[in-house]
Amino acid sequence: MHGHDSSSSPVGRLVAESLTGHLSRREIMKRGIALGLSGPVIGMILSAQQRSALAQDATPAGQEVGWSIVVPEGLRTDLPGARVRAVLTSSAHPDRPWQEAAMRIFSEATGITTEFVPGEESATDRLAIYNQQLGAQSSDNDIYQIDVIWPGIVAQHAVDLNQSLADLAALHFPAIVENNSVDGALVGMPWYTDAGLLYYRSDLLEEYGFENPPETWDELQEQAQAIQDGESADNASFRGFVWQGNAYEGLTCNALEWQFSSGGGRIIEPDGTVTVNNPQAIAAFDRARNWVETISPEDVTTFNEPSSLNAFAPGNAAFMRNWPYAYSVTQAPDSPLVGMVGVTQLPMGDGEGATHAATLGGWQLMVSNYSQNQEAAIEFVKYMCSPELEKAFTIERSHSPTISAVYDDPEVIELQEFLARLKPVFEGGAVARPSTVTADLYNSASIAYHTRVNQILTGQIDGAAGAAEIEAELQDIMAELGY
Amino acid sequence: MTQGVATAPLPQPAKPGRSYDLPQSGWMKARERLAWLLVAPSILVVVLVALYPLLQSFRLSFTNARFGSTRPELYVGFDNYARLAQDNVFISALGHTLVFTVASVAIETILGIAVALIINSNFNGRGVVRTSMLIPWAIPTVVSSQLWRFMYNQDNGVINDVLVNRLGILSSPVAWIANPSTSLSAIIAVDVWKTTPFMALLLLAGLQIIPGDVYEAATVDGASKWQQFWQITLPLLKPALLVALIFRTLDAFRVFDVVFVMKGAALDTITLAIYARQTMIDEQYLGRGAAASVFIFFCIALLVIVYSRLVRVEET
Repeated sequence: MHGHDSSSSPVGRLVAESLTGHLSRREIMKRGIALGLSGPVIGMILSAQQRSALAQDATPAGQEVGWSIVVPEGLRTDLPGARVRAVLTSSAHPDRPWQEAAMRIFSEATGITTEFVPGEESATDRLAIYNQQLGAQSSDNDIYQIDVIWPGIVAQHAVDLNQSLADLAALHFPAIVENNSVDGALVGMPWYTDAGLLYYRSDLLEEYGFENPPETWDELQEQAQAIQDGESADNASFRGFVWQGNAYEGLTCNALEWQFSSGGGRIIEPDGTVTVNNPQAIAAFDRARNWVETISPEDVTTFNEPSSLNAFAPGNAAFMRNWPYAYSVTQAPDSPLVGMVGVTQLPMGDGEGATHAATLGGWQLMVSNYSQNQEAAIEFVKYMCSPELEKAFTIERSHSPTISAVYDDPEVIELQEFLARLKPVFEGGAVARPSTVTADLYNSASIAYHTRVNQILTGQIDGAAGAAEIEAELQDIMAELGY
Repeated sequence: MTQGVATAPLPQPAKPGRSYDLPQSGWMKARERLAWLLVAPSILVVVLVALYPLLQSFRLSFTNARFGSTRPELYVGFDNYARLAQDNVFISALGHTLVFTVASVAIETILGIAVALIINSNFNGRGVVRTSMLIPWAIPTVVSSQLWRFMYNQDNGVINDVLVNRLGILSSPVAWIANPSTSLSAIIAVDVWKTTPFMALLLLAGLQIIPGDVYEAATVDGASKWQQFWQITLPLLKPALLVALIFRTLDAFRVFDVVFVMKGAALDTITLAIYARQTMIDEQYLGRGAAASVFIFFCIALLVIVYSRLVRVEET
């Protein structure tokens, strides 16, 4: 990845070595001074080193993928010859080599044969395939990687992990464990987590005289408008704020953040009450509708995560709502925004019950009820979701762990400083979509919600009418569930 | 699926009207047996890939089956169909599908005739034009839809650039795909761009079998080019035109890919096929989705009947 042609000179060697991540900051400074380098040059080397550590692939040169994996203690070795097939990431995903390395190390330690089965890239397609296999009670695959909103959908096909892994579950964030529990059974073991974040251009905020990123949606509107007005003189396609407005699951995540942060409820409360048709939620929808005509491009109602990033990453937007993965993209070596992007929690609304809100995302591992090798499969889940493996996954692949202690690990803080800072957002701060209470009808509820919110955003209906329609449809769904 | 049935070689044991006065020889019987034996694989394939799934869809549409569930399914009568009739999303999907079908097929037909007439005439470079006009048809729809999505983009799209900056027709860029008042038309335009070459090719085949001396006679009689088109070309083109219309209408009525790539399942452009998929796969209402599919099937069956009537009238 890093060129070694420059390593013939002592300075070149220092740069190359610092990029591998092996040298501490102190060591770089000491050697830089010894070589007679000026302060700014040493600073450049330091910031290059930091950038390289932040970039997606933190594997030091010359070391194997999986270099940071430490095999947890207490794994069973009495199941040699058992075979487990795990459906993990998609075939071309950059996480795949790491996951395959982790599986190899597991096999060496336990004697259990493992096979990596690539899943579908799109979550919707992945669920469709899972439903097909599980509905047919297929024993082909033993372990499935499941989205945070699926426990209610796949619960009928899952082994209750509370029976065997309750101790491990106790180490994970309670809110996520709760989200994975259906009628007291633990459907999936938390693996890594996600939360909605506000990205901002720190350079532009400074240029336009804003000291801090926005605390409230009104401040966001004000800052985004001021920056857009100024920047659009030179760049006609510059916009204040980009997010995900297409009629799909991502809009459910965005709109939940708008309404929950304004005290408008979490769409459906854990007790089954539908909370959409209230003044705070309606005001939140209308506020977003107003963005479409002012600080956001009209196209935003067709945006998903990559399209918002396509606007933000080349420098065509001041603010962006996105998941943590976007950070490493904006800080990749060839990005024009290196050192110019800040990340903070999403703004809050006003009025009663207003709070900061981030929608909970992330993935869990589930053991299939139809697996012929359940004991071995449970052992694999125990390994993959252990503090040791979550730490390695965090260090090498910059995923956000679901275990509190991993955030406080010195190595994690050193190599993934950005994630470590976000611990409060992940730890209990994130608001879950109503997937537990809607069980296997979650998708129907989410579709009813995001298609109507998309209609509000495109001006086909107003916020009040849309909220009333969503409420009626969700009440039908809840009635079907017996509420 | 229906094409398979139509093209399967049907056994013709003997010519009607003659068979009864010929003794049914053993040779004839053996010949008939052989004929059935030879078509048996085709029939088997049709039964497996067309008839069985179709009957399954019919059966499922009367149950409350859920996709991905092991719960036993119950017979619910016409419940699923009743729910469709009350579902606003289904009704608007039907509306979009009808608008899409009528508009795209009508425009494609008119443009297709024009293109076919042009490339049927003699000019230099005709071969190159004939080949290159097929390019839109050759690109996979998923790819071309994505390309058009970029072209329609509000800020960076070439269409807005041309209309606003180069030609000055519009004063400010339009979000063609995002704006509900332009989205369906924008998608119809993509379908027209893609499918006109196909239409033109089918019609070109029809034009080429019209003998040239008919036109010579008409010219001698003093008919203008315009009269020749309406009195000669169009009537003689009719069989080819009807075949092309059948193909295109059935295709347009089942439209999925171009709309799904550009708008997903957004309510301002959702079509019947997208509705059926979303209900069946995403919402896991297998029974209700099957009912929507059966509805699409009957609409298409109706269209086929109407068109084949037209063809038959043409033949007599």
